[in-house]
Amino acid sequence: MTTTASTETTEATRMSTAPAPLPPRPARASSTVAAARRAWRQLTSMRTALLLLFLLALASVPGSFLPQRGLNPVAVQQYFTENPSLAPVLDRLYLFDVFAAPWFAAVYLLLFVSLVGCLGPRIRLHAKALRTPPPAVPRVLSRMPASDRWESAATPREVLDAAAAELKGWRSVRTENGISAERGYLRETGNLLFHVSLVGLLVGIGMGGLLGFQGTVLVKEGEGFANTVLSFDDIKPGRRFDPARLVPFNFVLDDFRATYDEGGRALTFDADLRYAEGPDDDLEPVNVRVNHPLEVDGAKTYLLGHGYAPKVLVVDREGNELTQTVACLPQGPTFLSTCVIKVPDAAGEQLAFEGVFTPTTVQDPESRRVTSVYPAPENPALTVLGYRGDLGIDSGAPTSVYNLEDRSRLEPIGDGETPVRLAPGETWDLPGGGSLTFVETTEWATFQVTQDPGKVVALVASIGMVLGLCLSLFVRRRRVWVRVSPAGGGAPAGRTVVEVAGLARTGPEAFREEFDGLSGRIRSTARPVSEEPA
Amino acid sequence: MSSTALAGLSDDLLFASVLLYALSMLAFAGEQASRRSRRVAVAADERVAQRAAAAERTRVMAGSGGPSVPAPPVTVAAPADAAHSRAGRLGMLFTVVGAAVHSGSILTRGLAADRVPWGNMYEFSSAVALTAVVCFLVLVATGKVDRGLGAFVMVPVVLYLGLAGTVLYTAAGPLVPALDSYWIKIHVFAAVLSSGAFMLSGVLALLYLLRSKHDSLVAAGRPTRFPVSMGDALPSAPVLDRVSYAVIAFAFPIWTFAIIAGAIWAEAAWGRYWGWDPKETWSFITWVLYAGYLHARATAGWKGTKAAWIGVAAAAALVIDYYVVNIFVVGFHSYA
Repeated sequence: MTTTASTETTEATRMSTAPAPLPPRPARASSTVAAARRAWRQLTSMRTALLLLFLLALASVPGSFLPQRGLNPVAVQQYFTENPSLAPVLDRLYLFDVFAAPWFAAVYLLLFVSLVGCLGPRIRLHAKALRTPPPAVPRVLSRMPASDRWESAATPREVLDAAAAELKGWRSVRTENGISAERGYLRETGNLLFHVSLVGLLVGIGMGGLLGFQGTVLVKEGEGFANTVLSFDDIKPGRRFDPARLVPFNFVLDDFRATYDEGGRALTFDADLRYAEGPDDDLEPVNVRVNHPLEVDGAKTYLLGHGYAPKVLVVDREGNELTQTVACLPQGPTFLSTCVIKVPDAAGEQLAFEGVFTPTTVQDPESRRVTSVYPAPENPALTVLGYRGDLGIDSGAPTSVYNLEDRSRLEPIGDGETPVRLAPGETWDLPGGGSLTFVETTEWATFQVTQDPGKVVALVASIGMVLGLCLSLFVRRRRVWVRVSPAGGGAPAGRTVVEVAGLARTGPEAFREEFDGLSGRIRSTARPVSEEPA
Repeated sequence: MSSTALAGLSDDLLFASVLLYALSMLAFAGEQASRRSRRVAVAADERVAQRAAAAERTRVMAGSGGPSVPAPPVTVAAPADAAHSRAGRLGMLFTVVGAAVHSGSILTRGLAADRVPWGNMYEFSSAVALTAVVCFLVLVATGKVDRGLGAFVMVPVVLYLGLAGTVLYTAAGPLVPALDSYWIKIHVFAAVLSSGAFMLSGVLALLYLLRSKHDSLVAAGRPTRFPVSMGDALPSAPVLDRVSYAVIAFAFPIWTFAIIAGAIWAEAAWGRYWGWDPKETWSFITWVLYAGYLHARATAGWKGTKAAWIGVAAAAALVIDYYVVNIFVVGFHSYA
């Protein structure tokens, strides 16, 4: 590195923490290689990186305004229903899967290629800079951005000793008539740490996407769950996920509780479980609530949602008692929930009931419509219409337990228009035989089980990012030179001319003050002429 | 004191702080106006100035019979000078007292609800505004900017806090269960701190753009009109640029930390550390834009105006992150 004053000054005005660009290599290679090299240099240039950064920000925007499949598939479905002509077009552009879209991946992968391409040479340069001593004292110090010069009564050696003591902690080289010192190498180290950590973060996220697993399951009070792929209602396995890696554990949901304030806002949710790490282990009680998942060997079980599951007793025409607990789906904050009760095993004709469960029931006296005014079960009711006939579930086609999909062979019980409202313990004697009893109110909870082996990598990388950022933003790079020479001309013998100069390679605005403080301290310790005893 | 009384006190203190900030804004504006008139007087045709000075002297020294000596035009500005420093000091006083009262409002809010005072949008906005004001006071106290900037900084603060206290106002109450975690102390505090600083830097970047526009018009000898004409009351463009950068450099690592703390919390609450929820997405966009700003400021051809526009865009993304996402987009973060 050259150390002439002019080069250093340009360097001082450069705000970048980046090392000086490499000198162009002689173009001896063939034209294809040259073109490739040019393309590579273009890709790894800061300008390209900047454009890719903005592109990444821009590409994320539609993901926040359009419903996303990964986040809310129901909303996507609804969007399709509301915008039948536009939705397929958007879908083809991956606008409902923005963060899994090839074009989104293209942007961030290019950004990371550019980043890695940039990092390699910078790490090499920085490693070299760490081994290189600070540049020798330039010939003309007065041309530096900050400089000072005075005559001292101390010997050159004393002045240099004082300066060396002041420059403790700086990387410095001392010769007989000067010191070169530099400080702030941690800035670039931090910068590189930040960017390397960024790559590490991407690796962690990628590991989660490939090897992770996520499944959700609805469990009613009193029911159990075993952690196998088939037990889940919905799973999102990573592309390289091995089902054998699912942590074997099981639990029973004993009790779910929710409390609400007077306005019906939820105050707490929690679930009492008993769980075992293996099929032969004893069940241990555990309380799972929001922000407090159950953790078994890297698999975490979260309490995700909840709802009501009225327990009903159906008696068919032949007097068979069929007990069911039906998970009803909440439709809003007061937990008016839709319920479908299917009784395929009823003797004779199959039975079905459809209606709503209302935890705190209020019925409009005129329209007879029931609503719920509070989410807790203060005055629960099950209000249903009944059907007899063929449920259409014996064909083998998959059906939902939450819907009556095929009504073609179902006949309404009664007039089919007036629903029957049942409080706990009440029974509806069905016209034509049989009965339906609303036995009691129970609850259900949904749980999400996740395994993410990339999580720890991502966390470590994140810590590296913050640490690196702080270093790269707050450490300042400075260079200082000190030169001593015997005073010439008419000065008394033994006097020393001291010259101090410095430059700020980053953060120049605070430098002047720092420099003046430093040179002032050297001056006062190394006896300036004025303070010499007369 | 009962929690209802504390909540009432908190609301009163907020109102008082808005009033104090408004007064400080007026005082700073008064200082600017008198400075401006002084500059105009100094810059005016010397003969006019001298004539004014002479007229003044004749009036003041009428009857003294002293010889008429031409006085430098500075004397004309002297009374205005004193007035402007008085107005500026008053502005600082109002700002400091306003910030203290504002802190009291936030503190009593926390006591009334018996939790951290940043549990909903109203409380969050109030805390962000306080952070911005404190950042500005720190910048003035450390000599990084002139207090005269207060005239421009306090305008958005008053508007923002006024809107927060009316449109976003929510009565003191407990947190929704998802927020009931010690992470709310860490994640949201970091978000408040960085957002307050980012908002301030956004204002500074806008002022920088105003000043640069003003400077380039003046350099070209073209007339400036409002709002560009306000540029000459602002600190110089390099100062605004530097301070805006310093504020962003302070806030960016905190913002990064806030996002990471949020991810750790999300992992504990929702079972995944990142899920592209709209709030997460906009925090990410904001982060990327500020990262872009920091890179742009170090890249030839992107420094100055271009970098400042990126800073403005990033602050806009932050506003979208908090307000547009909370109010118009349904996501996991829809609480208040």
